[in-house]
Amino acid sequence: MEDDAPVIYGLEFQARALTAQTAETDAIRFLVGTQSLKFDNQIHIIDFDDENNIINKNVLLHQAGEIWNIGASPADKAVLTTCYNKNIATCALCVCVCVCVCVCVCAAACDSRVVSCASVWRMPCDWETGSSHESPDDSAHNPQTLELLCHLNDSAHGNASSVLWEPMGDGKRVISLVDNHALLWDLQESSTQATVSSTVTLEGKGQLKFTVGKWSPHHNCSQLATANDTAIRGWDLRTMSQIYCIENAHGQLVRDLDFNPNRQYYLASCGDDCKVRFWDVRNVQEPVKSLEEHSHWVWSVRYNHSHDQLVLTASSDSRLILSNMVSISSEPFGQLVDDEELSDGEDAQPSDKVKEPLTDSVVSTYEEHEDSVYAAEWSTADPWLFASLSYDGRLVINRVPRALKYRILL
Amino acid sequence: PHLTDPCPNPWGLRSCRMDVEVETTEAGASRKRRVHGMLKMYYGMNEEGKADQPDSADPCDINGQNFDPDVYLNKLRRECSLGELMDQEGCMVKQIRSLDSDMQTLVYENYNKFISATDTIRKMKNDFKKMEDEMDCLTTNMAAITEFSASISGTLQDQHTQITKLSGVHSLLRKLQFLFELPARLNKCVELQAYGQAVSAHGRARCVLQQYSHLPSFRGIQDDCLLIMDGLRLQLRQRFRDGGSSAKDLSECVELLLQLDEPAEELCDKFLNHAGARLHLDLTGLEAEIPPPPAPTDILEFMDRGCNEFVSSLCLVVTSYQELFVSHAPAGAPGDVPRMASAKLQVFVDELAGRYFSIVERRIQGERGVGDNSLLVRALDRFHRRLQAVSKLLPGSTVPARGTQIVVRAATERVQRYLEALKSFYLDTLTDVRQALAAPRLSVAGGPGGLTPGGGLPDLLASLSASILNQIKAVLASVHLFTAKDITFSNKPYFKGEFCSRGVREDLVVSFIQFICQSSRGFCDSPGDKGGATPPALLLLLSRLCLDYETSTISYILTLTDEQFLVQHHSPVTPVTVLCAEAREAAQRLLNHYVKVQGLIISQMLRKSVETRDWVNTIEPRNVRAVMKRVVEDTTSIDGQVGLLYEEGVRKAHSSDSSKRTFSVYSSSRPQPRYAASYTPSAPMDTNLLSNIHKLFSERIDIFSSVEFNKVSVMTGIIKISLKTFLECVRLRTFGRFGLQQVQVDCHYLQMYLWRFVSDENLAHFLLDEIVGSTAHRCLDPAPMEQSVIEVICERG
Repeated sequence: MEDDAPVIYGLEFQARALTAQTAETDAIRFLVGTQSLKFDNQIHIIDFDDENNIINKNVLLHQAGEIWNIGASPADKAVLTTCYNKNIATCALCVCVCVCVCVCVCAAACDSRVVSCASVWRMPCDWETGSSHESPDDSAHNPQTLELLCHLNDSAHGNASSVLWEPMGDGKRVISLVDNHALLWDLQESSTQATVSSTVTLEGKGQLKFTVGKWSPHHNCSQLATANDTAIRGWDLRTMSQIYCIENAHGQLVRDLDFNPNRQYYLASCGDDCKVRFWDVRNVQEPVKSLEEHSHWVWSVRYNHSHDQLVLTASSDSRLILSNMVSISSEPFGQLVDDEELSDGEDAQPSDKVKEPLTDSVVSTYEEHEDSVYAAEWSTADPWLFASLSYDGRLVINRVPRALKYRILL
Repeated sequence: PHLTDPCPNPWGLRSCRMDVEVETTEAGASRKRRVHGMLKMYYGMNEEGKADQPDSADPCDINGQNFDPDVYLNKLRRECSLGELMDQEGCMVKQIRSLDSDMQTLVYENYNKFISATDTIRKMKNDFKKMEDEMDCLTTNMAAITEFSASISGTLQDQHTQITKLSGVHSLLRKLQFLFELPARLNKCVELQAYGQAVSAHGRARCVLQQYSHLPSFRGIQDDCLLIMDGLRLQLRQRFRDGGSSAKDLSECVELLLQLDEPAEELCDKFLNHAGARLHLDLTGLEAEIPPPPAPTDILEFMDRGCNEFVSSLCLVVTSYQELFVSHAPAGAPGDVPRMASAKLQVFVDELAGRYFSIVERRIQGERGVGDNSLLVRALDRFHRRLQAVSKLLPGSTVPARGTQIVVRAATERVQRYLEALKSFYLDTLTDVRQALAAPRLSVAGGPGGLTPGGGLPDLLASLSASILNQIKAVLASVHLFTAKDITFSNKPYFKGEFCSRGVREDLVVSFIQFICQSSRGFCDSPGDKGGATPPALLLLLSRLCLDYETSTISYILTLTDEQFLVQHHSPVTPVTVLCAEAREAAQRLLNHYVKVQGLIISQMLRKSVETRDWVNTIEPRNVRAVMKRVVEDTTSIDGQVGLLYEEGVRKAHSSDSSKRTFSVYSSSRPQPRYAASYTPSAPMDTNLLSNIHKLFSERIDIFSSVEFNKVSVMTGIIKISLKTFLECVRLRTFGRFGLQQVQVDCHYLQMYLWRFVSDENLAHFLLDEIVGSTAHRCLDPAPMEQSVIEVICERG
């Protein structure tokens, strides 16, 4: 069975930020944010035509700065958040003045500083129609600009590292991770206003900083998991208190987290020790499973939204690995198949031999990237399709191998 | 009849055959034999049966049956010359003549013998006639004698019966006298304590008294006797009950009592009770010596005591018991007494032996020290040997088998203990090594974690492996005592086979080697994963150790074991190759882990240095940053450390002045167009083009990959990890103009010093190139520094 060849799309700029358009369930659509210090940054809306294997792109300008993180609203297709770096040359002064006079003088003497911000944006309502009647060249040359809804900035806090939408929510609540704080925002009046409703602060020695976080889709969306250095912490958003802490989850920095969409206590993490680990948060002493397939830091780990045995990992060894973790998935391990076949009767007997029980294994390793792969995402529309983004701006869209797909389905 | 005689015989067939038979009876001379042989051959067919057909049908065979003279003659005439014919004729004539004379002699001799035989027979006939007359005379005489003797015996009959009666009366009187004297005699015996005599005397009289008890006088005697005997019995019982009497006395008592018709079963029980009480006393004494009393006796002394006191008195008891109850089954006792008695004995011995064994086992278990095995082995040997005596006494007993089991258990336990001792010795040695590694670190001021010169590493390795090997040898020597020739149990099948292959080879040697590999692997999976407790130098040392094991030591140890113990592999054993593979895997993992840990230490420095600096507002670079110098220093010292234990390895040939050449590649020629391209907004894609093209032609680099067992590979691994970290960290930051320039300077500095460590310098160039390239991308104001200035700064640094 031939698998479809991967589809590759090249961006002009380097890029790290990738997300699927969460609210979109019909079209396969990904959002990519670029990183460029010299030019206006862009958000590429990548539409993938599954039948024709063609990519359609639309570009929106994101003039605020280079994008480090991007998140799409689960409720409104047009709303998204970004975390971006802003180079403040002189305009930063007004902020600094109130903090300290000497800093102000110094900043005036030197040239610039870099500040990370987070904002909520709305895509112009006609971006889709705009691209349809204009020629693609025009749209590339005169891209439309994002419409700013509100800043998620709080003068009391520092640099934002990422913004999380409430999973499956109504697009009213987001969490931003700012240094060692997690801020829970309420978006009001069609997201044009944001107020901090509560905060979590991580106290401890040294300069603590949340590197990454994930909002759990379970427990009525009342839990948050964050990573700082080598530890993973769980937070209860109702009381804003810590509920668990996995110290030394990884030998080195934890780079990413993801919740199993079907098993509420299961959590995947990855980090600089080249490992991917699976945790049951009820037992924080030891991981349920540990994989070491990559040969450098693992930057991203993602569960497939519907078939949680499929786990996607992206690493700076330029590889993307799709693993089949049957033993810890929500699907009964090696049992479902038997039951079906019992009911099927004789017809199923021949195929019985073909289907040996699935074991945990690497399904495939994708080597289309030439540079470090920092992000990988499953499509929200097609559970068998995923995109990965490497630093050199190459976006690759791949599918789960057909053989495996049919084995899972049948 | 069907034969035609070819040779005309002048004396006829019959007479010749007779001659032959006569001749065979005589021991003939050799000539006669020959003649006989020839004749036999001639007549052989006749003797064996007429049906026999001649097997040689050659008519030319002069001795054959089918000899045809005409044919023969014709043949001779045809084939021979005249001279030969003449010779043949002469020869034949000579032969015929000699045959004739032989025949004649034989016939004459036989004739003479016939004649003399006829004479003898005639003479015998005369003699017989005379003998017949004499016999008749003898018969009449005998009849007369018979008559006389009958008359004599008739006259003597009366006197004879009288004499017989008289002698009967006499013996009866003697017996009666004995009976009348019996009570007095018994009394005397009892007074003199000659119980044996008394019992035998009474035994003789008892039946008679019983028989004639209806006569009042006998009755009186019998009553007296019974009274005395009852007293005697009581006295005997008293003596029997009295614990102080020796085993010999005891057995005598029992013997007498048995003769007095006491019930055997009761006596058995009593006897055994008595003996048991004394033996238990012995055992309690033994038990008291089991540690912990303040000064425990050594095990040999303990066993000696056990053997001398308990086992020997047990043997004595068994012997006397068997004599009393089993082999000398009391006369008149019911037939099943011996069976009952031996069953009781069995139970008795089993119970006592059980207690004894449990005491011995406790004592053996108390023997924890592994210092001197010979004492234990000798003690076990003595134990085992003494139990053999029991097996001789009681052939069906399970005692010796159980004793052997105890020895076997003790041996296996010993092996286990030795394994434990080896393990703890190994761990202790490792601790020593750790301390030795840690000690110089204190003296070297500012030596970073585990990066000390470690000049003693080869020495440490040598002493480590030597001490382990010596320990193994010492343990093997101690264990070997179990199979020494002079030890009785060494020829049991267990000690010949299973103990050697299963116990020593597998459970001791193989387990220990596996333990080494396992504990080594344990160092790699330390939960902290940050190198933590294990100093990197130890990892390196262990890796080398495992590798040495793989190449030579394992096979040496196993060969040594097999030779010492003459292991015959009954059961499948772990082959050398499996162990070697395990050791190699452990070595590989340790080395990989070493690379990872060292790479991490350097990475951590680089990361900190990149993350904590404000790269946008940094000042113009005047120096190489101190971190880079540290990195180079550490790398150099790691290089030294690895070089002490591992060979150099192969590297790709490089030019004489690598630092200069590559410098131009990444700084002067390539970056220029790259930066130029980034200034032109029309073609932003070009930015990546060059680096992408470069990547197309370079191989993918696996950062945390397996390394080979040589220095260059290890160093390459460490440098790869460090530089890749540098790259990733740089990509997360934003740089100002001077930030970029500082990175340029740093990278050049690294370039100058690191190329010599790696196997393929292009690899280092490529990674450093990437770093500078990425920095340029992340730079707000990418204005690279002049190459010459960089060089000057680096030279100065």
